[in-house]
Amino acid sequence: MISTTPKHEFLRGARDEAPILLGVAPFGLIFGALAVNASIAVPLAQAMSAFIFAGSAQFIAAQLIGAGTSGLVLMMVVFVVNLRHALYSASVAPHVQYLSPGWKFLLAYLLTDEAYAVTITHYNREGDATYKHWYFLGAGLTLWTTWQASTALGIFIGAQLPQDWPLGFVLPLTFIALVVPALKDKASVAAAVTAALVGVLTFDFPLKTGLLAAAFIGILTGLLVEGKPK
Amino acid sequence: MSLWLVILLAGLLTYGTRLSFILLLERIKVPDWFRRGLRFVPAAVLSAIILPELATYNTTLDLSLRNPQLYAGALAVLVAWRTKNVLLTILAGMAALLLIQAILGMANI
Repeated sequence: MISTTPKHEFLRGARDEAPILLGVAPFGLIFGALAVNASIAVPLAQAMSAFIFAGSAQFIAAQLIGAGTSGLVLMMVVFVVNLRHALYSASVAPHVQYLSPGWKFLLAYLLTDEAYAVTITHYNREGDATYKHWYFLGAGLTLWTTWQASTALGIFIGAQLPQDWPLGFVLPLTFIALVVPALKDKASVAAAVTAALVGVLTFDFPLKTGLLAAAFIGILTGLLVEGKPK
Repeated sequence: MSLWLVILLAGLLTYGTRLSFILLLERIKVPDWFRRGLRFVPAAVLSAIILPELATYNTTLDLSLRNPQLYAGALAVLVAWRTKNVLLTILAGMAALLLIQAILGMANI
């Protein structure tokens, strides 16, 4: 057990989430601008960031709304694109099972790609700390605030980002920084490499289903390489 | 159906996937391999996001040696492995990408 305080954990989570914001904020800006261009009313555009709170699903949803797609199709699409969050949910579940329902409902809302990546890396590295849910909250709220603010900014001033300044590249770089040091055994390396390659092979699959397939095949490969526990 | 309702329901569906196992895992009995598989979720999902992102250059899949993101990504993997430092990894990857793009840009002119 590492002794620490809720405030300390919260601030650590916020600080560890900070670098990835450089990649997230431009996407929020672009989403806001894109939504308004798709003739989505301003309050609804902001509500999309609050209700759905998932970048790629929101981009697709905005385009579908612009194209006049039916509501049912739109919901299905958002659902499928966000299915990977169920994997994140299973992955963090053992770490949050001691918490009150209130905490679980709150942290589940903040379970985005970026908050998950930072939080699970921290959990796997540090083991059990008493206030580790505060770390999750710090990381999650930092991302949430940035996403809402950058969406609002995109809505009101539009997105005028220099084309040749590839800030989006910060996202895969941050994920690399989080994943690579955690690959400490053959099974995890096998899981990562397989998932990455299948991810490229299934790149053309619609609605991020390739990502799901790649993740599952990667996890299975990890299990196979690890073998049965004695 | 009002667009507001559609977005609200789409949000609830997303929230449901995020909440699913957080609520369920302690209540249902899952097979042993399922629990053991959870250890591989971050490495698998994030890697499945990383490589396609690196491979996508100018909005198309480009696995050729002309894609600067592949070099920058490879360098980032090396830096992450040696230093375990997030900021250094980002800086090295970004610097490599901008540098290679600049060199390629000059080569094209």
